[in-house]
Order: sequence, then structure tokens, then C-alpha cells
Amino acid sequence: MIVLNGEQREHGAGETVAGLVESLGLPAPARGVAVAIDGEVVPRAAWETHAIPAGASVEVLTAMQGG
Amino acid sequence: MASTHADAEPLRIAGRELNSRLLLGTGGFPSLDLLADSIRASGSELVTVALRRIELPDAQVGASGGASTNSGSRGALVDVLDAEGVEVLPNTAGCFTARDAVITAKLAREAFQTDWIKLEVIGDEDTLLPDAPELLKAAEQLVDDGFVVLPYTTDDPVLARRLVDIGCAAVMPLGAPIGSGMGIRNPYNIALIRESVQVPVVLDAGIGTASEAALAMELGCDAVMVASAVSRAQDPVAMAAAMRSAVVAGLLARGAGRIARKTYATPSTPVAGTPDFS
Repeated sequence: MIVLNGEQREHGAGETVAGLVESLGLPAPARGVAVAIDGEVVPRAAWETHAIPAGASVEVLTAMQGG
Repeated sequence: MASTHADAEPLRIAGRELNSRLLLGTGGFPSLDLLADSIRASGSELVTVALRRIELPDAQVGASGGASTNSGSRGALVDVLDAEGVEVLPNTAGCFTARDAVITAKLAREAFQTDWIKLEVIGDEDTLLPDAPELLKAAEQLVDDGFVVLPYTTDDPVLARRLVDIGCAAVMPLGAPIGSGMGIRNPYNIALIRESVQVPVVLDAGIGTASEAALAMELGCDAVMVASAVSRAQDPVAMAAAMRSAVVAGLLARGAGRIARKTYATPSTPVAGTPDFS
């Protein structure tokens, strides 16, 4: 399990950030999207290789009207 | 003509030239179409966006379904801004601590591929006024990390100077609380800020209508940022056009040099040669 944007979610072993983002309906290059795991930013360059550890708290954010 | 230098003089922030001195927030527009039309009417070249959690597809559905909202309404915001040819200025709206603001800024850098950040660190939910100590802390960390920091700050000239000393590329003092539409509550402080720092001053927050944007420029501000004043106006596109003209008018008036205020009248018509009908 992981916590994704505050919700408990199933997650497969070895799932990468890139895989998760795509599974959320955000195909590459997913412009305007950013990901943090346990409060640390995951750079885009690392999305393909960064595996999400079990129990991680994941935030997937995107551009929204504001300010 | 008098307009040539004031009109043509671009705004420079951290080496970037902007021909429009109006920054537009994207918040509060009822539709993306109205946002696009308002951007065009405003002439703005720099617009703010926020970062928020994506909408999760229904947890039970799995990878294949229910994900359309992200590629739809929210994904479309970036596309609209691209189509209008404007630069994105991400903000840290909603952050109450330096830590959250710094993480949000770093996420924004990844999301939008820009080092520019409109830094907001809020200290109070009701007034949305900046939290000065947290703001300074966040600004320092972000400047050290290579960001071009534009802090949303109070109308305190000393705090503005501290932010500039840290290395902020501009300061964005408030005229009044965000979305309040109360205009510029302390014009003397805004003028003092302009005198006390060497970076661009962008009046941010509180503007309710065009005359207040003109006043900001007359006080010496280098640019004005508006969001709610346009997006929540009855006719946002018309208000965007009004703001565009107001900022130019205020800049021109500032350059022209206003007359001094006096209690008594000075006739504009010569007294000499007045006929006597007695």
C-alpha cells in the first residue's frame, strides 16, 4: 500500500513514478505535473527509474488556476 | 509623443523583459475560455498558476478508467496558457510554513520547468496576510537554490528591504488582503517601498478596479498584479481591458509628473484682461 494524495492505494512492487503518473491518466510528458515522495521532490529525469517504496506517501500535483 | 518612452520602456525582472506591466492571476475564472479571452484583453505576458493534487481516478477502477479529468480540465490549463503565448509564474499559494513553500517551489520547478516562483507564505487563514519570518526563511532557501524569487509581502518597507537584501528579484507588496478589493490601504508605504529598494515593485493583492491599478503605478510601482479583480468582475474580459489601460495610464501619469496638491484654487485662465461690466 501507498498513500497517494492522502488516500490509501494498492501498489505493485517495483512500480515507478513514471508508471504511476501514466496510470493516473497523465501520459508522458505529463506537462505541469510534479511528484513528491515522503516530502522529497522526485526530479523528472528520475521518474522512469525511481521505484515507489511500499508505505510511501506520494503527492502527485498538477497545474491549477490560482493566484 | 509623450507616450513613447513610458509605453516602450519594458519591465525588467531578473533579466527578463516584459512589455506588459500587468500580471494576471488565473484563479477564479468561471471557465478556461473566459480566462483565455481575459489574458488576451489584458495584454499580460506573465500569469500565475498554482499546484494542487490531481484528481484521483476512482480507487476501485484501476489503471484503465476514470482518469479523464486530469487530461481534461486541468491538463487544459497548461494548454490554454501555451496557446496564449504567456509565461507561467507558479505560486506557492496555500503554504503556511517555509518548509511547505520551499517544497512547493521545487515541485513547481519540475512541473513548469521554470526557476521563477511567486513566493507566498501565509500566516493567517482569515486575512491571508504573509507570515514575515517564514517568508524570509523560505526566500533565503530558494534564492540559495537558484530560484528567481518574487515574494508576496506586506506593505512594510523594512520587510521589503530585507527580502531584497536576501536576493529576491522583485517584491510584491499587498495593497489590501487578497481578494478583498479594498484597493491600496497605505499608499504612503507603497511609495516608501518603491524608494527603498532597487528591484521592481509589483503591487499585488487588494486591487478592486482600474483606478486602483492606475494609482499603484502613479505611486511608482513597476507593475501590478490582479486576479480576483478581473476573474470575479461581472465582465472579466472588459475588466481585463480596463486594467491594461489603467496600468499604462498610471505609468504615463507618473512619468508626466502630477501637479502639487493645494487647498485653494489657482486659475487656469489668465486674470489679466478680464473685462469690467460695472
